[in-house]
Amino acid sequence: MPDGLTLNKITAQRGISVGEATRRVADLGWTPSYVQEAMTFPTDYKIKKSPRDPMKQVLRSYFPMQEEKDNRVYGALDAALRGDMFRNVEPRWVEWMKLFLAIIPFPEISAARSMAMVGRLAPGEELRTGFAMQMVDEFRHSTIQMNLKKWYMENYIDPAGFDITEAAFGKCYATTIGRQFAEGFVTGDAITSANVYLTVVAETAFTNTLFVAMPSEAARNGDYALPTVFLSVQSDESRHIGNGHSLLMSLINDPDNHLLLERDLKYAFWQNHAIVDAAIGTFIEYGTTDRDKKKESYAELWHRWIYEDYYRTYMLPLEKYGIKIHHDDVGAAWDRIVKHNYVHYTAQFFSVGWPVNFWRIEAQTEKDFEWFEAKYPGWYAEFGNYWKWYKKLSAPGETNILFNQDTGYVYPHRCWSCMVPALIREDFCYDEVDGQIYTYCSDICRWTHKTAFSAEFEGRPTPAMGRFSGRREWETCYNGWDLADAIKDLGFVRADGQTLIPQPHLIFDDSKMWKLDHVRGHTLGSPLMHFRSLTPEQREVAAAEYRKGFKINAIN
Amino acid sequence: MSATQDEVHPKSGAAGAAIFAGSDSHRYNYYEPKGRKATHYEDMTVDVQPDPKRYLLQDWIISFADGTPTYYEGWTKAKSSDWHKFRAVDQEWERTHYQRQSTIVGMLNNVIENGRRSGAPKRFDRAWVKVLQDHLGAYKHAEFGLGTSMMQAQRYGYTQMINNAILTNSSYKLRFAQDLTLYLSELALDIEGLDLDAGKQHWLEDPIWQDTRRAIEAIMGASDYLEQYFATNVIFEPLVGELFRSGFVMQVAAAQNDFITPSVVSAAEGDYERNLANTVEMFSILVQDPAHGEQNRKLFVSWAEMHGKLANAAAANLQPIWSQPRVKVAQFTEAFDQAKNRLRAISAEIGFDARAIIGD
Repeated sequence: MPDGLTLNKITAQRGISVGEATRRVADLGWTPSYVQEAMTFPTDYKIKKSPRDPMKQVLRSYFPMQEEKDNRVYGALDAALRGDMFRNVEPRWVEWMKLFLAIIPFPEISAARSMAMVGRLAPGEELRTGFAMQMVDEFRHSTIQMNLKKWYMENYIDPAGFDITEAAFGKCYATTIGRQFAEGFVTGDAITSANVYLTVVAETAFTNTLFVAMPSEAARNGDYALPTVFLSVQSDESRHIGNGHSLLMSLINDPDNHLLLERDLKYAFWQNHAIVDAAIGTFIEYGTTDRDKKKESYAELWHRWIYEDYYRTYMLPLEKYGIKIHHDDVGAAWDRIVKHNYVHYTAQFFSVGWPVNFWRIEAQTEKDFEWFEAKYPGWYAEFGNYWKWYKKLSAPGETNILFNQDTGYVYPHRCWSCMVPALIREDFCYDEVDGQIYTYCSDICRWTHKTAFSAEFEGRPTPAMGRFSGRREWETCYNGWDLADAIKDLGFVRADGQTLIPQPHLIFDDSKMWKLDHVRGHTLGSPLMHFRSLTPEQREVAAAEYRKGFKINAIN
Repeated sequence: MSATQDEVHPKSGAAGAAIFAGSDSHRYNYYEPKGRKATHYEDMTVDVQPDPKRYLLQDWIISFADGTPTYYEGWTKAKSSDWHKFRAVDQEWERTHYQRQSTIVGMLNNVIENGRRSGAPKRFDRAWVKVLQDHLGAYKHAEFGLGTSMMQAQRYGYTQMINNAILTNSSYKLRFAQDLTLYLSELALDIEGLDLDAGKQHWLEDPIWQDTRRAIEAIMGASDYLEQYFATNVIFEPLVGELFRSGFVMQVAAAQNDFITPSVVSAAEGDYERNLANTVEMFSILVQDPAHGEQNRKLFVSWAEMHGKLANAAAANLQPIWSQPRVKVAQFTEAFDQAKNRLRAISAEIGFDARAIIGD
């Protein structure tokens, strides 16, 4: 072979540049003149400027890139089985995946659907390819997550809960927050939902805790599959963040949009915080067995990803366009996590409700207590007794905390806006909207329902804005039901027709597992229905009492 | 296993490490598979988009301002006793979709690169180059219009199975529109004077293409997502899309010294076979619906008449293209007869009468 001759020299030939390729592809669109496209998804925003495509990728390079990413993911799953991953995995962790993976595929596919909305609204065609790739990405995420869940179900010691996953998603009180998240991407004002709520806030800020921080914790618990799948998912998010920012930039130069942008950034940030931090904070802090004090707590992760990365480098620069950023809300969210035990109260709530879950939650132990106290000083005084009660009452036939007068626990009101209960009791509030009383976890959630999701905002008509609907308080659905009958109706019973899918422990032994008869005789109630039945004066007294909170009694 | 667990915990978290109630429940059990056993596609797809009629206990929890919920059966005029019955015949989920799309992209890259390396584009007949420039260049916009139309439609279906089938259809169409765009751009590197702007100009102004553009814009402008899906795969594709792709390009190109273009276009024919199979399955279920079949059949006939009229006019106006290559190896009338036969076969499969569009 002659000197200097390489394979590259033999095979190389002139091609078109990436810039030329994207320019040509962007020229595929045209303005219809025979029939106008139906403007089916409404928005109150004005979009005059065509968004630019920051990524400059075409489908010819996209599909092979994604296939290669898939090959790595599926290869890793095979390797995990060959390496006997499940022999060493921590069941405490995998159990929470029954909840997480029941929720996440629907928000993902909702994001695919939302590309229809922004694709139709955004003028020009340059970003069309970006939206199309995001649509297919989200289809990827939804089905790759369904595949991961099936894989857990097939290989994990207790598949019950995985086996009913999408049915459970539709019925469980805990998955409601995921449905609020997903429906928020596709319903109401198209820009509010598909651009601000989904892309500018959920994907740009909170996927870092969802898809980066959580996989790290999975690996610490012997689960190498979740990081493999979710870090691959996260690698698509940078393109989505680019899409969202580009569309945001095409809106932000028009001062007429500023009022709505301020509204939507406020609503979207707060609700993402309320939902994602409740769920992911609980999975990371309470689903782990790794109590290495050198690792970051969820609060520390939040500060890194949300405060430093998102708030300081993404949100603050928006001010130069004349947008008012709600700094106080970011501070309030941080305070809820570090000063007001938001994540810990959520974990407490999830565990109180264990009989109507579809996964197992075991008690936290001394080793966990030590870690929590080191990371969250004062934790033990607030929650130590609770988890001791939980452990004591985890034997079949004990009276569940919810109905056990000895514990001192008071079941919370549900927030009509974010769907997480009003767990920080001093922030509880209520209001009247369209002649009906509703309860909220915070004043911002009250504002979201009453002011933001309305036909008018600060004197400006907002006919495209969505409305909250449905039986949003889960407890309403089973008000007056016997607990055992409710569990049967939910379908959270194992194949023997008696043993519950949820268990308050990780004991894989029939003789230690709870059955329907162990929970029969307790009646479920709706806090909201009760609250509405009070007179205004009684409601004020009840609210004041609720805001005082409760104290878990000492355990002997 | 953690130190927090006591002696009753097994030493492994693997399936089968302990036997207890539910320990052998390793299959999704909340839906009825179409066949004897659930397919992987079904496990990835069924019930991910919830439904108040199945498991959505609290109903949809956000609505549009007029009260329309997040998903609404009334977004199409078609009616179904069970929207969950449909399964995509091509069984696509993400892995199979990327594998297939990536294989196509690899095939196209090889054909185009190797063809260019052998100097093939310079040997294309000069009259044929102008046909590619003007008419394949115009046609790529039709494919793009269908891709964007289906990108819109995939928001509206009442189940995950319907929406994902429409989504993959959109993905195939958008890829093919880009395939043609990039292919022509690459030809322009080797063929001096090939005008890459001519295609769009013909699409927007040439009388030959105006009825095709009208038919595409009618699909893009439809507000019923199933009408968009029906008009695309049942009407436009056989009468205009396949007519141009198979009835013209793939038959004529070789005689003009062009072996590359038919390979590029063949990918779209493979895509269509799969998308058509999904479409026929969906609409035949609706025609056979025990409660709404007859009403659906009438609806589909009305859609077929409306979009068939536009597609017939579009096809007729494309006829002069068949005369433009120097070596003539295909007749428009024969190709159009084949297109009508194709529609006849499709409508028979679905179960509606297409005579009003294509005659006896």
